[in-house]
Amino acid sequence: MQTNQLFLIFCSVLLLLGLAAFFAGRSKATRVRASGTSMYAQPDQYAWFAVVATAGPAILVSALGAFVMLVMGSEIPTFPLLLASLVVAVVGLGIGMVLIRSNFHARQAIERVIVWTLAGAATISILTTLGILISIIGEALNFFQMHSFWDFITGTTWAPGNSFLAAAGRGDGSGAQFGSVPLFAGTFMITAIAMCVAVPVGLLSAIYMGEYAPAKVRAVAKPMLEILAGIPTVVYGFFAAITVAPFIVDVADFVGLDASFNNALAPGIVMGIMIIPFISSLSDDVINAVPDTMRQGSLALGMTKGETIRDVVIPAALPGIISASLLGMSRALGETMIVVMAAGMRPNLTMNPLEEMTTVTVRIVAAMTGDLEFDSAETLSAFALGLVLFVVTLSLNLVSVIMIRRFRDKYRVNNL
Amino acid sequence: MSDSFDQISQQLKRRHRKSARLKYISMGALGLAAAFLLIFFADMLSKGLPAFQQAQVNIEINYTEEAATNGRAAVDPEIMSVVSRSVVRVIPLEMRNNPELLGTTQNRWVLADGPVDQYLKGNRVRLDDEEKATIDQLVENGKVDMRFNTTFFTRGDSKMPELAGIMSAVMGTVMTMIVTLAIAFPIGVMTAVYLEEFAPDNRLTQLVEININNLAAIPSILFGLLGLAIFINFFGVPRSTPLVGGMTLALMTLPVIIISTRTALRSVPESIRHAAFGVGCSRWQVVKDHVLPLAMPGIMTGSIIGLAQAMGETAPLIIVGMVAFIPDISASFTEAATVMPAQVFTWSGEPDRAFVEKTAGGILVLLAVLISLNASAVLLRKKFERRW
Repeated sequence: MQTNQLFLIFCSVLLLLGLAAFFAGRSKATRVRASGTSMYAQPDQYAWFAVVATAGPAILVSALGAFVMLVMGSEIPTFPLLLASLVVAVVGLGIGMVLIRSNFHARQAIERVIVWTLAGAATISILTTLGILISIIGEALNFFQMHSFWDFITGTTWAPGNSFLAAAGRGDGSGAQFGSVPLFAGTFMITAIAMCVAVPVGLLSAIYMGEYAPAKVRAVAKPMLEILAGIPTVVYGFFAAITVAPFIVDVADFVGLDASFNNALAPGIVMGIMIIPFISSLSDDVINAVPDTMRQGSLALGMTKGETIRDVVIPAALPGIISASLLGMSRALGETMIVVMAAGMRPNLTMNPLEEMTTVTVRIVAAMTGDLEFDSAETLSAFALGLVLFVVTLSLNLVSVIMIRRFRDKYRVNNL
Repeated sequence: MSDSFDQISQQLKRRHRKSARLKYISMGALGLAAAFLLIFFADMLSKGLPAFQQAQVNIEINYTEEAATNGRAAVDPEIMSVVSRSVVRVIPLEMRNNPELLGTTQNRWVLADGPVDQYLKGNRVRLDDEEKATIDQLVENGKVDMRFNTTFFTRGDSKMPELAGIMSAVMGTVMTMIVTLAIAFPIGVMTAVYLEEFAPDNRLTQLVEININNLAAIPSILFGLLGLAIFINFFGVPRSTPLVGGMTLALMTLPVIIISTRTALRSVPESIRHAAFGVGCSRWQVVKDHVLPLAMPGIMTGSIIGLAQAMGETAPLIIVGMVAFIPDISASFTEAATVMPAQVFTWSGEPDRAFVEKTAGGILVLLAVLISLNASAVLLRKKFERRW
């Protein structure tokens, strides 16, 4: 509470100093100007410069102090730190006032600060990626100190067992096995089912919209597919678990097969529906970008429309279509809610999609929602799984970007 | 001449038939997607609409001496079995707050018990025939009726299905989205402005660009791991709060806002910039006074779409602990909260059959919000879009 109040006081004092800087700066600039000296900038710009000179260094100092405190772990008492920042603010105010002279380029100075601020904002996205990498790799390394990397990659049994007891000081957790093969088998099985639904339906829809559909149908179909993309995944998950899975069990019963209620088919199919718009919208863009001269040439040679599409348009658009499919695949691999709600919890190495299976993301969620110590092997295993997921989706995305760039360079389209 | 004219024309017919087949197959694919959507909405509506109705009972409450300590004494024991326990529980409290109630009798419509509600909606419930007969009798006498379910929209979560509402999740969503927008919108727009208008075309800029495209495609659950490891464990942001959830979602929304802002900035024609430079504006003045205002509708559209995406996201919030049981409605950034999709997820895991319709009802509310957000984005674009 004390810190909060201190912080509030700090903010208000800084605000007051900033206001003072603004009015003092403006009045000084107006005075200089009124005395007949011509200046490089407007009074308001000098005023803003004074504000920046006051608040900028002070905020920097306090932020730096806070950062050092967090990273180094060294204790810097809050009160002196904030006081020091305020002193810096006053000094900045003084320097700013001195600098307000007729031969000082206030506007350029402000704009340099603005550009640096903008550049600073742009680095946040890099910091995010770095943050993901560091947090995942750091914890994953902790995990690999407990369990060997080789066993993790090649083991066929995923049984965290009593590993949480080891973290609590009881037992040694030796019974735990972290072999991720069944998880990845489940993930790829469900992804494969999803792609079997999404690629044909998405691609054919794109062909219809791009080559056949009259403008009216297009105007309805595009937003319709966008709605499909806008439905939250938790809703798809509920749909898969409550409606699709029982339906599949009934159908399987009818043809004499035995299906689990947590079968892999239901989340796979629903995930496929979810991915349709990703594939269709990008494929549609790509098909539209294929130059019309190619179609005209093909038609002029006597090909039918269907043959033109199959033998000319699709091959030309293939890099883009593959790119769209890879993007869809990376979505499917990382999709969480659908599988958490509709797929099983039990790791199961099987080829039968009617059996219960689990995926990487399900295990990550399970490890994170249990009442486990953060340092237990099971919790840390989530980060190891996350690391593999990150690497796989990153490479899929990169390949996809390279493919689409190749397509763009070939046909010189700019809007992809 | 090996092929006769007839053979060629037959071959041609075959080719045209094949060509037509592709058209119908592709049309069928689009129809299939439409059918999915239709089935999905029909299913959600049929499951969720009953949640907006709730059985209520007309009872007589006798505020006697005894009822001041034991609420059960206020209600006719015969009708007690169909009244929600929550009603009886608050009677003593009510009397403590309004002492003048003592000795009076009131006729009121109150919540019916969960199983009664389910029975009247035609779902399977564990009631024996005698109880069912009692309920049927009450319905005939007009003592039990289906009414619009205000509880669902005004209360927080509860373990009793008849009392569970979505309001605490709605508040949590609002608070979380405020944090998300407050972080993602300024940083996203600033990044996009820098990349489009100021950045030199060097390796570093290209790296930032590739990185942003990549961030947009990273699985959302990994953002949750980031939030847990960096925000909660390193910076010590309190778990389960709108603050940490909003920060995590902000990082996820950032690429969406950056990409759409860049598209909007790019669609402002160069001639505007040239004209502004021509009258002596500096680069920043050109951006601030001319390019940004013209690009604003596009930026807003992109931000709303990004916001809608963040609003439907669950996976990263599970990791940072925002799937919690929150019975109280509170508007705070630093107290545990839940959001609408997380509430849906919590309800979907409840074993009680009555929560299925709650889940579907919550989904309908969520979808209504999301669709109206997206529709407003489309309207905004239609209204303010300028063709140059």
